[in-house]
Amino acid sequence: MEMLIALVIGVLTAGGVFLALRGQTFPVVLGLTLMSYAVNLFLFVMGRLAIGVPPVISDAAAGYTDPLPQALVLTAIVISFGMTAFVIVLALKARAELGNDHVDGRHHNEDRHA
Amino acid sequence: MNWLDHLPILPVVLPLIAGIVLLGLRSRSLAVQRGVSLVAALALIPLAIALVQTASDGTQLVYQLGNWAAPYGIVLVVDRLAAWLLLTTALLAVFALLVAIRGSDTQGRHFHVLFQLQLFGLNGAFLTGDLFNLFVFFEILLLASYGLLLHGGGRQRVKAGLHFVVINLVGSTLFLFAVGTLYGVTGTLNMADLAVKLAATPPDNLALVQSAGLLLFAVFALKAALLPLYLWLPAAYAHTSAPVAALFAIMTKVGAYSILRVYTLMFGDDAGPVANLLDPWLAPLALATLTLGMLGVVASTTLRQQAAYLVVASIGSLLLAFGLGSPDAIAAGLYYLPHSTFAAAALFLLTDSISRARGEFADRFESGPEMPGARVLGGLFFVAAVAIAGLPPLSGFLGKFMLLKAALDSPLMPWVWSIVLVTGLLSMIALARSGSLLFYRTHSPYDSTRASARSGSESFRAHDAASLTPPSMAALAPVGGLLLLVAGLVIWAGPLSDYASATAAQLLAPQQYIEAVLGRTP
Repeated sequence: MEMLIALVIGVLTAGGVFLALRGQTFPVVLGLTLMSYAVNLFLFVMGRLAIGVPPVISDAAAGYTDPLPQALVLTAIVISFGMTAFVIVLALKARAELGNDHVDGRHHNEDRHA
Repeated sequence: MNWLDHLPILPVVLPLIAGIVLLGLRSRSLAVQRGVSLVAALALIPLAIALVQTASDGTQLVYQLGNWAAPYGIVLVVDRLAAWLLLTTALLAVFALLVAIRGSDTQGRHFHVLFQLQLFGLNGAFLTGDLFNLFVFFEILLLASYGLLLHGGGRQRVKAGLHFVVINLVGSTLFLFAVGTLYGVTGTLNMADLAVKLAATPPDNLALVQSAGLLLFAVFALKAALLPLYLWLPAAYAHTSAPVAALFAIMTKVGAYSILRVYTLMFGDDAGPVANLLDPWLAPLALATLTLGMLGVVASTTLRQQAAYLVVASIGSLLLAFGLGSPDAIAAGLYYLPHSTFAAAALFLLTDSISRARGEFADRFESGPEMPGARVLGGLFFVAAVAIAGLPPLSGFLGKFMLLKAALDSPLMPWVWSIVLVTGLLSMIALARSGSLLFYRTHSPYDSTRASARSGSESFRAHDAASLTPPSMAALAPVGGLLLLVAGLVIWAGPLSDYASATAAQLLAPQQYIEAVLGRTP
């Protein structure tokens, strides 16, 4: 299970970094989203993996899972959700203002000459 | 509970409330919005002064949110360092706002809301004693700064804004990875508690803690614009509006503050196996930043770009002082911090007036028309340049002198002395060249052969001469005010450098901070 989660986080991060390094704004936004998924999962797992135990005090509980990372990850999800919305709007605005979706606002033929 | 007990949280809550109120007032007249925003910013100054007075005798005020005791609840901590930065921010904000209410706040919507939220994030980041809370306040100040940076729009601004937003989002992700790792290893996020737990790191976890610590450093270095992560800064600062660029002069200092706070408290001398984690990195990188920043200053093609590279170079000097790590060096850095903030802000504001006075030549370094009001502009430029280049009698000289003196017994002494002195000379040459190009090598606007050759039309030439806007006193007064603050740093250099030394001493004895927050001897 640990191996699987670690693998998922690693793949998500690698994909995110690869996409974030692309030249068009859309893959960059997708890459940032994948990276934020990876980090949310990572934060969540930092409370250690536990199955079928509650995070809040209960008489019937055999053990507890750490509630703090769950609170942290909620905050992180809200923030990354807002940031993703913002960066999508900004990418659309850049597409409208610069006339293309290159992150440097250049045309492809200009790229080749540069 | 006395209302004075709530003093530490007021600098955080006041801009938040002002921001929300301003959001409700957006249908009211501009004068009302400007009034509310200005009053809220002005109110931060007496608050910050009260906090500086409280902290100056070494008290560390700890404010427990919701009365939850640390390390379970979130705490705000006011010590000398936090109060010092709050005061710097409050003074800077008022002058930036005074310029903004002259018209640049009408270029887009919600300027004042974003401005107050930016102050909310800045003050919160300086006060918080919790690492995850620091992340949240970073996000708040960044989100507000994205809005401010893009305020008014335009091609160049959108392009610079996109780069700024994307690189900061990557930075936020790294911050969360670092925070998550530290939590996974220690089970706490309270900075004082982390300091205790990290000092007792078992050898098995040492590599994890070290990588988390250095990851945090990368994030803070990105915010502070340290080499090699400074490339976003010149474009972002050069393309935004002048009051925003002036306010952003404090943004890089948030990164510097976080480096100082985290690496004296959590990775300081007392931190056992992870002690002095940054020693091999900070000072050399700061020296390289100073060098490359100053080369950027020399190579700049516009005055705004030059001002932006001067910010990079000043961050180099500041972090060099923090990187040397001795009490004297940190004190020199703390004295230099408000100086470099105010001087850079003054230069950004002045650049705006200069480029308006030059019409279509704006702030490009080419021989342009004679400026209306060139004497006042030139005089202010001269004073600002003297301050930034670190010449006597202004505070830049004192700051650099204290830094050089503190470096005397450091192993890096030859490097520090040669680089600081050579970059000082370079900044003097670059600023003297810009000044003489802008103010001396001019031609009368009425026979401007270059302008007519470029446009080739009679009507354009008339328009060109008319578009030279003489600087108004209301635009220059904040510049003068900021330069007076720089002069004030010299006039009260004695008490202020004493305060800076006391701050450095307090930072290098993190035990007091830990006891104040955790309420017991660890």
